[in-house]
Amino acid sequence: MPFARPALLRWPVRGVRLGRRRAIAGGVLLALVVGLVAWVVRPTAPGYATESRMITVLTGPDGSIPVPLDTTYYRPRSASAAHPVPAVLLAHGFGGTKESVAPDAGELAGRGYAVLTWTAEGFGKSGGQIHLDSPDWEVKDAQRLIDWLTTRPEVAKDARGDPRVAAVGGSYGGALALLLAGYDTRVDAIVPEITWNDLANAFLPESTGAGAQAGVFKKAWAGVFFGGSATRPGPGFVLGRTGSAPSPDAIVAACGRFAVDICQAYLSVATTGKATADQIALLRRSSPASILTRIKAPTLLVQGQADSLFPLSEGDANARGIAANGTPVQVAWYNGGHDGGLGPRSDQDRLRFLTAQWLDHYLLGSASTPGAGFTYSRIAGIDATGNDGVVAVGYSVARYRGLSGQATTVVALAGPSQPAANPPNGTPGALSSLPGVVSPASLTSRTVHDLPGQHADFYSAPLASTVDVVGAPTVQVRAASPTGEAVLFVKLYDVDSKNGATLPDGLAAPIHLMGLPATLAESQPVTATLPGIVYRFQSGHRLRVTVATSDQAYATPPTPTVYTIAVNSGVSLPTVPSEQIAGANVVWRWILLGLVVVLAAGLASAIWLGRRHHRLADRSVDRAYAETPLVVRSLRKEYADGLIALSRMDFTVERGQVVGLLGPNGAGKTTALRVLMGLIKPTDGEVYVFGHRLVPGAPVLSRLGALVEGPGFLPHLSGFANLRMYWQSTGRAEADARFEDALHIAGLADAIRRPVRTYSHGMKQRLAIAQAMLGLPELLVLDEPTDGLDPPQIAQMRRVLRRYATNGRAVIISSHLLAEVEQTCTHVLVVHRGEVVASGPVDEVVGDSPSTQFDVSDPAAAAEVLRRAGVGSVAWEPNGSLIVDLDGTPRAAVVAALVRAGIEVNRVVPRRRLEDAFLALVGGEPTSSRPSEGR
Amino acid sequence: MAVRAQADGGAAGYRPEATLTFVTELRRQASRRRTQLTLGFVLLLPLIILVAFELGGSNGGGGGGSRGQFAALADIATSGGLNFALFTLLVSASFLLVVVVALFCGDTVASEASWGSLRYLLAIPVPRGRLLGSKLQVSLVYSLAALVILTGTALLAGTLRYGWHPLRTTFAGEIANGPALLRLLGILAYLAVSLLVVAGLAFLLSVFTDAPLGAVGGAVLLQIVSSILDQITALGSLRVILPTHYSDAWLGLLSSPIQTDGMVKGAISALLYASVFFGWAWYHFAHKDVVS
Repeated sequence: MPFARPALLRWPVRGVRLGRRRAIAGGVLLALVVGLVAWVVRPTAPGYATESRMITVLTGPDGSIPVPLDTTYYRPRSASAAHPVPAVLLAHGFGGTKESVAPDAGELAGRGYAVLTWTAEGFGKSGGQIHLDSPDWEVKDAQRLIDWLTTRPEVAKDARGDPRVAAVGGSYGGALALLLAGYDTRVDAIVPEITWNDLANAFLPESTGAGAQAGVFKKAWAGVFFGGSATRPGPGFVLGRTGSAPSPDAIVAACGRFAVDICQAYLSVATTGKATADQIALLRRSSPASILTRIKAPTLLVQGQADSLFPLSEGDANARGIAANGTPVQVAWYNGGHDGGLGPRSDQDRLRFLTAQWLDHYLLGSASTPGAGFTYSRIAGIDATGNDGVVAVGYSVARYRGLSGQATTVVALAGPSQPAANPPNGTPGALSSLPGVVSPASLTSRTVHDLPGQHADFYSAPLASTVDVVGAPTVQVRAASPTGEAVLFVKLYDVDSKNGATLPDGLAAPIHLMGLPATLAESQPVTATLPGIVYRFQSGHRLRVTVATSDQAYATPPTPTVYTIAVNSGVSLPTVPSEQIAGANVVWRWILLGLVVVLAAGLASAIWLGRRHHRLADRSVDRAYAETPLVVRSLRKEYADGLIALSRMDFTVERGQVVGLLGPNGAGKTTALRVLMGLIKPTDGEVYVFGHRLVPGAPVLSRLGALVEGPGFLPHLSGFANLRMYWQSTGRAEADARFEDALHIAGLADAIRRPVRTYSHGMKQRLAIAQAMLGLPELLVLDEPTDGLDPPQIAQMRRVLRRYATNGRAVIISSHLLAEVEQTCTHVLVVHRGEVVASGPVDEVVGDSPSTQFDVSDPAAAAEVLRRAGVGSVAWEPNGSLIVDLDGTPRAAVVAALVRAGIEVNRVVPRRRLEDAFLALVGGEPTSSRPSEGR
Repeated sequence: MAVRAQADGGAAGYRPEATLTFVTELRRQASRRRTQLTLGFVLLLPLIILVAFELGGSNGGGGGGSRGQFAALADIATSGGLNFALFTLLVSASFLLVVVVALFCGDTVASEASWGSLRYLLAIPVPRGRLLGSKLQVSLVYSLAALVILTGTALLAGTLRYGWHPLRTTFAGEIANGPALLRLLGILAYLAVSLLVVAGLAFLLSVFTDAPLGAVGGAVLLQIVSSILDQITALGSLRVILPTHYSDAWLGLLSSPIQTDGMVKGAISALLYASVFFGWAWYHFAHKDVVS
C-alpha cells in the first residue's frame, strides 16, 4: 500500500460497511425526509392581498359630517376587472376593531370574496362616537362603504352603482347587517350572528309579554357594555361637528366615546332601573325590529344557545319578522354565544359550512341550495380527544317553527304556595350567570346559587321518559304582593339525585307583575315564557320551577318585600322532531370496514398461499440419491459484504459412514452445517438429503438431527422437560422419540430433573447430543460434539457415535481435534477456505503406511541399518531425526536391529499421521488470511 | 431400525401443521417465570388500588375538576364496581398495559434466539411462517388474558366493595348496569385493538434482535416518544399519523350518545400500523439467515 490511512481517519465503527446499496438507500431516504420537511414548512403566500387605508365618510343625520374610518380591504389575487368577484362587508362586535375579524376575513378572501373590514366609529382608530348602530351614523357609514366598494373595478356589480355585496357580522356587527339590509336595498344577503331584535327588549326583558316599559333592567350586561369603553377615549376622539373643546369632565369620564344621547339614556336607566318612552324609542331606532318588514336580503340567522345578553328569543323575533315578508330565512342555533364563546368544534364547523353555503348561493349563484331551514345542537358528552372538552351533536329540522316548537309535553308541578322575600337593594342576590364568562361549564352551569328564603320551589314527579326540549318552556304563575308589584325570576331546573340541580345555560326569565292583590286567592295567573333552551331532561330526573326574587344580573326594587307565589299549571316543554346531522365522519366507518375486510382477506390468502407454497415447493427427488443420506453439490455461500464463506463444496455421505469435517478456523465448516440445518440459504449449489432438495423448512429436515454452535435449552426447565418440550414441538408420536435411549446417551442420572441453568457446559453438551438423537434420525449432524467433555466422556461419545452409524444411519462430525477425527471417523473431509481439499476414508487421506520418528546417536549409520532392515523409506529431518516409513516391518524388529548395530536409540515416536496430511493439505498456516471470522 | 419415510421426504409422523402447535407454545410460555409474574401482578393491581382507596379515605384531598376529565373520573372511582373497573383501566391503559403487551410480544422470539433454541426449532423443521404465527398467537392470547384479568378482577373487587351500581360519568350522567357493562367491554375491545400497534412493533423488533430487552424496551420507548410528540400542539394535524394520537378515544364510549368517531379513526390507524409491522416481521424472518 502506498500509504496507510492514519488511525484517526479510519472508519470509526468497525464492521459497518458503507456498501453502495446502503448508500443509495440512505440517500433516497434522506431526500424523502428533507423533501417532506421542506414541503411542510414552506412559506405559503396567501391567496389575497390586504390594503389598509383610512376612508373618510360623510355621515350624520344630514350626511355632512366627515368621520374617518380605519379599514382593511382584502382583495383576492384572482380578482380583476375582467374577473370581478362579489364583496362582503365584515363587521366586528362591540368593543373590537377590524383586527377582531381579520381571521374570518382571511378565510372569506381565501374563498374568493373581496372583503372589507372596518373599525366602527367610536372604536379603535376610527373617528366619531358610538351611536349603537344608529341609522343616522353607523348604518350610514356602512352605506358609504358600499359606495366605496362600487368604485372598485374588481367588485362584481348587479347594476350601475349596485355592487354584489353581503353583510356579515356578530353581535354589534350583526345588528348593523340587519339594519343595513333594511335601509339599503343594494345588500344581497346577510348573515347576522348572536344579535338583537329589539335593544329595549334585550336590556329590559319582561317574560310575560308586558314589554320593555315594564322590563327588568339587565344591569350586569349593560354595565359591561357601557363600562368597557367609558374610560378609554381613543386618538380620534371627536365630539360634535365643530371639533370644539371637550364637554365638561364629568360627562367625559362617564361617557367616554359614547354619543351624548346614548350615554345620558344609559345613565338614567341604570340609575332608576326603568326606561322612559323616549329612551325606549331611542333604543328601538337602533334595532332591527323597526325595519324587519323592509329586509329583502336572504338572511342566515345565527343565535347562541348559551347567551344571556341576546337570548334565543331575540333571534326568534328576527326570524319570524323577516320570514313574514317572504324573504328566505335560515335559522342556526349553536352552543355558544356571549356566555359560551365560539362553541364546540362541530358547531364551529357547522356554522362555517352554513355561512359559506349561504354566501356561495346568494352571491355567486352556485347551485347548492341551502337545505334545512333550522339547525341546532345539543351537548352530548366529553370530547375524547380533549380538543374542546365537550362534544355537541347537531340536529336539523326542515322548517323553523319558532320557540314554541312543534309539539308540547306538559309536566305537572306540585307544591304549596310559598313566601319569598325580596332583599333590600337586591343584595344578597342569586347568581344565575356571569356576563361573558366563557367556559364549557357555563353551558350546564352548576354554580347557581339560590338564597334561602328568597325563592319558591315547585317540583315535578320523576320523569317517566326522556324529554328533549327545543324551544321556550312556559309556566303559569300566580303571585301576591303587599306593594301591588313584583319583580320575579322564573327558572327551570333539572334536578338529579346525584348531581343536584342544573340550570340549563344559566338562563332565567325576569317577570314584572303589576296590579297584584295582597292575597294569593285573588291573584290571576300569568303565563311566563321561560328562556329558549336546547336541553335533554333524562327520565328519572325531576323538574323544578323556581321563582326567585333576586338576581345579581338584574336590577330589582330596593324596598324589601315579601311575596307569595304559586304555580297554576304544569310546565309545558316544547319539542321538535329532528334528524341528527350525520357528520362527514360516517365515511370513516366505511373505511374501517373496508380495511378490516381487506386485512382479513389478505391474512387468509397469505396463510393459504404459504401452505400451498410449502407443499408445492421444489422438493424434487433425485432418484439417484434416494438412498444417500447427504449429497452436497457446488455449495456456495457469499455474504452481502463480499465475504465468501463457502466457495465450492462437493461431498457425499453414505449410509453407515461417520464423516469428519476437518478444517482450520474460518474454513467454512459451521457455515456448511448451518446450511444443512436449513438456517442459511446458500448463494449457489444444492444439498440433497435422501434425494430431497434441502431448503429452509423442507420436511426432509425431520430425518436429520443436529447439534450446531452449541446447545440451546430453556434454562428454567429441567433437562427432561426440555427434551419432552422439544419432542412435543415436533408434533410426532411420543413413542417415536426413544427417550430411554436418549437419556442413556446423555448419562446425566439425577441431574436430568434439575433446571438446565444449573448444568455445566459438558452436561449441556451431552444433553444436546441426546436431543439431536431423539427419534434416532437417519442423519446426525454434530458440530464439535466433544467440546467441553472430559476424556472418559469423549471416549464414551466416540463409542456411541461409532455404534450410531449402523442400521443405515450416517453421522457427520465437524471438529478441529485431529486425534478425535482420526479415532472416531471412518471418512474425513478436509476443508480449507470454503473448499473440500481432500476427501475419502481416513486411511486414504492419511496415506498408506505409518511413519515413525527415530532419534539416534549416529543418523548416517542408522540410516544404513534401517535400509538393510527393509523399511520403506528414510527421510532426514533438519534436527537430525529420521522419519522412517516402516512399510509393514515391525517396529520392535527395527529397534533390535539398531541396537545390535551398536547405535544408541534415544527416542522412537510414532508420527501423528493425520496431522501430517492435514498440515500438508492446508499449507501449514495456523489461521486463514480472511479479515473477519467465519466458520 | 430405519425411520420410515413419507412421500414428501419427512420422517414418519411428521406433519408441518402439527409442529409447534398453539397448545405446545402456550405451555412453553406458561412455564416461564415472567409470564406467571406478569399475570400475577395484573391480578393484584386492582386489589392494590382498592387498598389505596381505603387508606386514602373517602375524599382524598386532591382539589377540583380543574385537571380535566381524568380528575373527574378519579373522583367517582369509588361509586360502584363499574366505576372502579373503569378507573383501573384508565390509569393502566397508557403505560402498564403497553409494557405488558410489549413484554409478551417482544420477548417471545428474541428470548428463543438468546437461549439458542430458535435454530433447533427451525431444524425440526417448523416452517418459519408457522413459527412466527404460533408465537404471535400465544403472545396475543396472553396479552388479552392480562387485559381481561385486570378488568375482571377490578370489576369483581369493586363490586364486592362498592356495590353493583350504575356507571356514573361526569357528563353523561348515569348509565344503567347492562349497557354500562357492554360499554366496558367495548372499551376493552378498543384498548386491545390499539395495543396491537405496540404488539406489532415489539414483535418486529423481536425478530430483528437477539436481546429480548432491546425488543421490549424499544417498543415502549417508541410509544413514549409518540406520546411526547402528541403533546406538541404546534404540530397540528400532523399528529394524526402518530400511533398514540387516538389512545384516549375510548372516552367517547362514556358519552351519551356514544362518540365513535375517534375510535373508528384510532382503529384504522392501529390496524394499519399493526399490519405494516407484522408484515415486515414475517418478510424479514422468512428471508433472513438465522445465526443464533
